[in-house]
Amino acid sequence: MKPTVVIREPVVDDALDQCEARLTEEQIEKVINEVIDKETGGRLWTYINTCIHCGLCSEACHWFLSNDRDVSFAPVTKIKDTLWVMLKNKGKVDAAFIKRCSQIAHTECNCCRRCGMYCPFGIDIAYMILVVRRICAKLDMVPLYLQDTVHSHAATMNQMWVKPDEWIDTLQWQEEEAQGYVPSARLPLEKEGAEIMYSVIGPEPKFLAQLLGNITVIMKVAGCDWTMPATAGWDNSNMAMYSGDFEIMARVERLHHETAQRLKVKKIVMGECGHAFRGAEYDGPTWMGWMKPPIPIVHAIAFYYDLLVSGRIKIAKKVEGPITSQYPCNVIRNAGLGSKLQYIMNEVCEDFVDLIPNDRHAFCCNAGGGTINCGPPWKKIRVQSARLQSENFKRTGAHTIVTPCHNCHSGVEDIVDKYKLGMHVKFFSELLIEAMEIPEDLQP
Amino acid sequence: MYEFVSGPLVWIAFIIFIGGSLYRIFYMLQSSKKEKVVFPHMSLEHSVASLIHWLIPFNNQYMRQRPVFTIVSFAFHICLVFTPIFLLAHVILIDESWNISWWTLSESVTDWMTIIVIAGAVFYLVRRLTDPVVKNVTDTSDFVLLAITVLPFITGFLAYHQWFGTNTMLILHILAGELMLIAIPFTRLSHMLFFVFTRTYFGSEQGHVKNSKDW
Ligand code: HEM
Ligand code: HEM
Ligand code: SF4
Ligand code: SF4
Ligand code: SF4
Repeated sequence: MKPTVVIREPVVDDALDQCEARLTEEQIEKVINEVIDKETGGRLWTYINTCIHCGLCSEACHWFLSNDRDVSFAPVTKIKDTLWVMLKNKGKVDAAFIKRCSQIAHTECNCCRRCGMYCPFGIDIAYMILVVRRICAKLDMVPLYLQDTVHSHAATMNQMWVKPDEWIDTLQWQEEEAQGYVPSARLPLEKEGAEIMYSVIGPEPKFLAQLLGNITVIMKVAGCDWTMPATAGWDNSNMAMYSGDFEIMARVERLHHETAQRLKVKKIVMGECGHAFRGAEYDGPTWMGWMKPPIPIVHAIAFYYDLLVSGRIKIAKKVEGPITSQYPCNVIRNAGLGSKLQYIMNEVCEDFVDLIPNDRHAFCCNAGGGTINCGPPWKKIRVQSARLQSENFKRTGAHTIVTPCHNCHSGVEDIVDKYKLGMHVKFFSELLIEAMEIPEDLQP
Repeated sequence: MYEFVSGPLVWIAFIIFIGGSLYRIFYMLQSSKKEKVVFPHMSLEHSVASLIHWLIPFNNQYMRQRPVFTIVSFAFHICLVFTPIFLLAHVILIDESWNISWWTLSESVTDWMTIIVIAGAVFYLVRRLTDPVVKNVTDTSDFVLLAITVLPFITGFLAYHQWFGTNTMLILHILAGELMLIAIPFTRLSHMLFFVFTRTYFGSEQGHVKNSKDW
């Protein structure tokens, strides 16, 4: 088979470059065969033996479509250029090849699973890409910035090197902020036996602390019995899941669930983040053999849906003007929350303009799957390859794009910036705070 | 020659086809047991839903997005599978040997179905040579598989119309048919065996585990 023609601007990523210089072919061969033999089974074998090389999956992928149908971005090509070669050569490949594998798997695929939905056989390319990432991670071939977040997880059990005292300080500060709106609002720490444990991702206390204030107000108005942990285990994000370091992924997920168990809560409600939900609901529990989370996990979209449907939160005045929303793959296509998102958007916005395609067919923002966490070296190609979604946003004519996912939030901000869309990017909770009714007895 | 090709070799071909298929399916199930997720994720309801959406033409979003391909793909596969089974000549042969027979299609219908298969193969060939994505993932084996698929139809057609020495053509036809049967379990033509499994697994994972849909 002729090699794929790959034209890319050169990218300097110190971790990949140094790893390439260091790796030996014996190490590579050993790791590839170990992963294929011990960690994969019927799925990979059947997918490889069933794929009829028809190329139908390419229509699904925003990388392919945004780059003028450059075949090197087509889903099936990504497998051809990685696993086909590894399997054919029984693991005998060189370090430059593994570096290219990491580039493909970590920086040019979001594991958004759209292509799985477009292959007539339902071949799950994203799963195979994760196998490639696994091999790369075992060989330390992981982009620098992504690996840094994994180190942070390993050392601090959160993604952003947040120290224990910073965490508690931030929560107390945000409790005070919230009390500016609703004086009786509380952010209860370590309340054993509460109904809900609320967990967030590392970047919230680090850069987006006001979201913690918002949820404190929302919880008070809705009258929820909730708590947050004062210990590690508060961070539900998981970049190790995306680098391929599943041992650390499992440690993170285990601590998150065990913290909820320690607090004896009935459910975990998580902030607006797609991949965190995926890790806590699916990848973590299946890797550890639990299959299902021990305590149910509720994503923010479903939580707000419940609050609005049950009337625990009432809308005082809908937000004006055309507003659209990104559909985060990990909670829509891969968790079925599409119609709930549409419901809450319509409840809170006067004029919700839907994307086309929408719901589970919507395109990824191109930040997900760890690609945005690969950092500045890879930003140019990532944003360039989100062109298609930028056009979809533009067509809505909205003044604001809602992103109920942290990765999407940053990714969509990059899109708005690069394609000069002039739109605001907001979390759903920011709209909710604007629109909801604060009962008189709670007002200052 | 004809006796051998249409006697023992047919037996051998069918034994390899059926035995090989069973073996490959058994191997697939066995190695899927090694994985934690496969069997616990399966769900009958979502498997059926997935099959309904992917085995009925235009019953999912993507098939509607590419109508020409969908029509060709279904016409090709339906004719490919049903022509040999309901072909008068085949049923007569089986009747003569074992005294069992079943309903058959008229010869002019099967003749047209044969043409559809050949035309479908030409479509796939052209796609393979021109579509950049498909071209990029094509090697000799893809052409060989296409040839193995279409040869029984070309030779059967020629034999039926008695265009080149009927006897030679018949022998070639039977050889081609046998080759195809033998190739199914051991090449990517095994997609015929695995389709149901890959489809129902993905449907189950999407529906049962992820509360979503796969169409
Ligand atoms: C009966 C079950 C079968 C199913 C569900 C099935 C399904 C598929 C699907 C989904 C494709 C992908 C492209 C398309 O949609 O056309 C395909 C392609 C193909 N199939 Fe099948 N198939 C079956 C049986 C067979 C058999 C028995 C053969 C031949 C021995 C065969 C030969 C081919 C060929 C040659 C292609 C085209 C590959 C190319 O693009 O060059 N199929 N099949
Ligand atoms: C394996 C043993 C096979 C035997 C012994 C056999 C035998 C025959 C015979 C005797 C004919 C009639 C030719 C005539 O009328 O002169 C025929 C026609 C045909 N066979 Fe087979 N065949 C075999 C396998 C296959 C297979 C595997 C396929 C396709 C998948 C196939 C497809 C056809 C077709 C399409 C025709 C003619 C259609 C037309 O009327 O244009 N055969 N075969
Ligand atoms: S998973 Fe998403 S990003 Fe990756 S190849 Fe498939 S469609 Fe493209
Ligand atoms: S659509 Fe499915 S069968 Fe076709 S090339 Fe893509 S993965 Fe392979
Ligand atoms: S970042 Fe958002 S849209 Fe993009 S993969 Fe995650 S969930 Fe999908």
